[in-house]
Amino acid sequence: MTQSLNAIVPMACVTAAGIAAMVAEAFRDPGERMPIAGLGVVGLVGAGIASLLLWNHNASSFGVVAADNFGLFVTWILIVVGLLTLALSGPTIERERLPAGEYYALVLFALAGMMLMATATDLLLIFLALEVLSLAVYVLTGIRRDSAASTEAALKYFLLGAFSSAFFLYGIALTYGLAGSTRLDRIGSLVAGQSLAPTPMQLLALGLLLVGFAFKVSAVPFHMWTPDAYEGAPPPVTGFMSTGVKAAAFAAFVRVFLAAFEPLQHDWWIVLWVIAAATMIVGTIVGVAQSSVKRMLAYSSIAHGGYLLVALLSANDVGKGAVLFYLLAYAVTNLGAFGVIAVLDNRERANDQVQDYAGLWDEHPVLAALMTLFLLSLGGFPPMAGFIAKWYVFSAAIKAGYTGLAIIGVLTSVVSVFFYLRIVVMMYMTPAESPAQFPSVPKVAGLALIVSAVLIVYLGILPTRVLDWAAASISTIF
Amino acid sequence: MPFPILSSLIALPIVGALLLLFVRGDEENAPLARRIALVVSVLVFAETLLLWSRFNAASADFQFVERYAWIPAFGVSYFVGVDGISLFLLVLTGFLTPLALLGSWESVHKKTKAFCIVVLLLESAMIGVFVSLDLFLFYVFWDAMLIPMYFLIGIWGYDRRIYAAVKFILYTMAGSVLMLLAILSLAYLHKETSGAYSFDLLRLYELEIAPRLQFWFFAAFALAFAIKVPLFPFHTWLPDAHVEAPTAGSVILAGVLLKMGTYGLLRFAFPLFPQAAALFAPKLAVLAVVGIIYGALVAMVQPDMKKLVAYSSVSHLGFVVLGIAAMNTQGVQGAMYQMLNHGVSTGGLFLIVGMLSDRRHTRLIAEYGGLKKVTPRLVAVFLIITLSSIGLPGLNGFVGEFLILLGAFRWDPRTASFAATGVILSAAYMLWMFQRVNYGPVSNEKNATLRDLQPREWGAIVPILAAAVLMGVLPNLFLKPIEPAVNRLVNQVRNGQTSPARIQAGDFRKPSGLSPQYSASSPKP
Repeated sequence: MTQSLNAIVPMACVTAAGIAAMVAEAFRDPGERMPIAGLGVVGLVGAGIASLLLWNHNASSFGVVAADNFGLFVTWILIVVGLLTLALSGPTIERERLPAGEYYALVLFALAGMMLMATATDLLLIFLALEVLSLAVYVLTGIRRDSAASTEAALKYFLLGAFSSAFFLYGIALTYGLAGSTRLDRIGSLVAGQSLAPTPMQLLALGLLLVGFAFKVSAVPFHMWTPDAYEGAPPPVTGFMSTGVKAAAFAAFVRVFLAAFEPLQHDWWIVLWVIAAATMIVGTIVGVAQSSVKRMLAYSSIAHGGYLLVALLSANDVGKGAVLFYLLAYAVTNLGAFGVIAVLDNRERANDQVQDYAGLWDEHPVLAALMTLFLLSLGGFPPMAGFIAKWYVFSAAIKAGYTGLAIIGVLTSVVSVFFYLRIVVMMYMTPAESPAQFPSVPKVAGLALIVSAVLIVYLGILPTRVLDWAAASISTIF
Repeated sequence: MPFPILSSLIALPIVGALLLLFVRGDEENAPLARRIALVVSVLVFAETLLLWSRFNAASADFQFVERYAWIPAFGVSYFVGVDGISLFLLVLTGFLTPLALLGSWESVHKKTKAFCIVVLLLESAMIGVFVSLDLFLFYVFWDAMLIPMYFLIGIWGYDRRIYAAVKFILYTMAGSVLMLLAILSLAYLHKETSGAYSFDLLRLYELEIAPRLQFWFFAAFALAFAIKVPLFPFHTWLPDAHVEAPTAGSVILAGVLLKMGTYGLLRFAFPLFPQAAALFAPKLAVLAVVGIIYGALVAMVQPDMKKLVAYSSVSHLGFVVLGIAAMNTQGVQGAMYQMLNHGVSTGGLFLIVGMLSDRRHTRLIAEYGGLKKVTPRLVAVFLIITLSSIGLPGLNGFVGEFLILLGAFRWDPRTASFAATGVILSAAYMLWMFQRVNYGPVSNEKNATLRDLQPREWGAIVPILAAAVLMGVLPNLFLKPIEPAVNRLVNQVRNGQTSPARIQAGDFRKPSGLSPQYSASSPKP
C-alpha cells in the first residue's frame, strides 16, 4: 500500500507547505514579518527531491496518478516556476500589502493542482486538478482587492473559466458514455480498437475536450480572457499563470490527445492546425498594437501557445520532446520578463506603458540587460533558450510535414521581434523624460532574475542534457 | 591536440568584452575602455595574420578544423575550419575592427564602455559566421550578429537611428528565418537518406537533393543572402542603416557584414544546390547588373556623402554577385578579391566621411568645397581611397573588377558588357563628389578653419592606404591562397550540374539548356 502512494509525494510536499503557510499566517501578528515564502521553498525543494527519486521508476498511485518521466519533467518545470514565483513575489506583496500567508498558500495549492494535472491519467482527475489550480489562480488574480482592474480581471477570468470547465465536463461525460470509463488507457485502447470511422458522438466529445484545453492554454479563438486577466493580475501572478497554468494544461493536453486520442489524429489535426495558425497570427499581430507592456506580453504568451500547439500537432517524437523543452524555456523566460515588470511596478506609477521604460538603462543597467535577454529569448534569438526551443518546434513541424505551419511560425516570430524590440528601444535608445522613477531592486528578486538569465543562456548554449531528458521522458508514455 | 586557433579567435573578443565589464564607471574610464578594446582587437588581427602565415596555400581543403559534438541527438556539432574562401574574410574582419574603433575614438561620447563591448561582441559573431562549417552553428552566429549591430546603430547612430536599426534587424531576420527552415529541412533530408540528422556542411554537400526541392532551398538561402548583400531590389535597408550608423557601424557594416551575403552564396547556396543554382544564376546576374547600374545612378544624385557611399556599395556588391553567378575560376576569384577590396576602400571612405563629419557635423556635399587648401593631407588620403574605390590600375579595386568582368565575359558577354558601364559610372559619381568637396574656392566660412589629420586619424587611415597599395601591386599574395579553394568550389558546382545521374533523376525544368552555359568553351549564346 505504501508503494502506491509514491507517485503523489511531490504533490503532497507542496500541499503540506501550502497548509503550513496558511497556519503560519493565522499565527502571525499583524505587521510581523514572517519568512512564509521559505516554507514554500522547503516544500518545493522536497517535491523536487521526491521527483528526482521517482525518475525512471514509473510509479503509479491509485491507478490514476502516474509519476512517469513525462509527468516528472513537467513537475520539475512547475517547481522551477514555483521557486521563481516565490522569489519574485516579495516586492509586490510588500508594496501592495497583500496577505502574505494567503498569497503563498494559494500559489502552492495552485502548484499542487498543476502537478496533479501533469500526472493524472484519468479524465475526472484531470478535471479535478484543473479546478484546484483554476480556483487558486482566480483568487490570486483578484488578490488586490482595492484595485478595480484586478477585481474585474478575476471576475472575467472566473466566468469564462467556469464556462470552459463546463465544456470540458460535457466532453468527459460524453467520453464516459462512449467508452464506459474515464481512464485514459481504456479510452485509448477502445479508440484504437475500433475499425470504423469515429462516430459523431466521439467527435463531439473530442471537440468539447479540445475547447476546454484551448481555453486554458489561451488558444485563439478562446483567448479573449487572457489580455484582461494578465493585465489586471499583479505582475508575479501574471508570470505565474502565464507559465504554470500553460505548462500543466499542455501536459494534460498532450496526454489526452497524443496518448488516448492519438488514433483519431486523422480527424482532429485539421482543427488543431487552424487553431495553431490562428493563435500564432493573432497573438503576434495584435501584440504589435499594444502600448501596455503587460498586455503586449499577454499577446506574446498567446503566440507562444501557438508554437506549443505546433509542436503538439506534429505529434512525432521530436514534437513531444519539443513541447517539454519549449515549456521549460518559455517558463523561465516569461517569468523573468514578468519578474522585471514586478520589480519595476510602483504604487504611484505603474511603469506599465512602453514609454515608461525609457531611460531604464541609465537607471538600472543590469535590469535593462536582463530584460533585453528575456525579450530576445522570447523573440527566438540565439544564443538564448528561446532559439533552441523554436528550432526544436520547427524541426518537429518540418519532420511531420507541416511546412506551412513552420513558415507561419517563423514569420510571426519575426513580427514578434518588432514588439519585443520596442521595449528594448525604449530602454536603451530613448532618454527618460524625468529621472529616478524606478524603485530599487530587492535582493531576492534580483537574484531570481539573474538565475533565470543564467538558465536561459545555459539552455541556449548547452541544451543537450535537457533535450535528452525531454526525449527520455516522452519515451516512457507514448 | 593542436592549438585551437579558430576557437580562440571567436573567444578572444568575448573575453575582451567580459574584461570590459569589470571597468568601473562609465565616462570617467572611457579612455581605458577604448584602449582595452583596441588592444584586444589588434590582438585578434595579429592572430588572423598568424592564421594566414600558417595557412597552407596549396591546399583546397578546410584547415585548422575543430569538431566537437554539440547536440548529438540532432547531429549538431561545433565544427569550424578555414579554406581559401574564408581566410581573407577573417583577416579583413580583424583588420577593420581596430580601425573602426579608432575611427570612432572621438565621435562616441556616451556609454563608451558599452560601445566597446558591442563592437567586440560583433567581431566575435562575424568571425563565427566565417568559420562555421556546421549549418546550425552558422545560423546561430548569423542571427546573433544582428543584436550587437542593432544596438550599434540604435544607440550611437544619428537622428533616425531607431528607425534604421529596427528596419535593419527586421529586414535581415525576415530573410533569414526561411533559411532556417531550409536548413532544418536539409538536416531532415539527411536523416531520411542516411539515418541520422546532420547539419555538417561537408556531409550535406554529398546529399542528393531532388531538383524541385533544390529550387525551394536555393530560393530560401538566396533570399537571406540577397538581403544581406544587398542585391537589388532588396537593398532598401542599406542606405538607412549606413546613413544612421556611427562611423564604426558603417565601416563594419560595409566592410564585413555585406560580405556575409556573398560569402553565404559561395559557401552554401551554390555548392549545396548546384542545379537550382544553374537555374537561378542568370536571374541573379540580371539583378546584379541592374544593381550595378541603378546603385551607380542613384549614388550620383545623392546630396549626402554617406548615402552616396552606401549606394556605391550596392553597385560594387553587384559586381561580386555577378562574379559568383558566372561560377568560373576568374569570376569567383574576382568576386573574392572584390569583396576584400570593397571592405578596404569602402571602409576607408566611411572613415574619411566620419572624419569630415566629426569636424563639421554634416555629411552634405554642398556644405563642403575647397578642402584641398584647408586640409591638404586629408584630401590626399581621400583621393587615394577614392581612386582605389573607382578601380584605378595599381590600386586594389582594379584587380577585382577586371577579373570579374573577365569571368563574366566568358560566361555571358551581354551581361558583362552592361556591367562594364558600372566601372565608368563609378568613376563619374566618385570623382564628381570628390571634386565638389575638395576643389574650387572655400565657399563656406566654417570650412576655412578645419584641422588636418590628427595622429590618431593617421593611425586609422594609413593601414587602409597600405592595404590598398599592397593589394593593387601584389594581387598574387592574396589570389594564390584563394585559388585552390575556388577551383574546388567551381568544380563541385559544375559536377553537381552536369552529373548525368542527377539530371535523369530530376524533374528539372530545362536540363538541357543549362549546362552548356557553364562550360567555358561553349560558343556565345
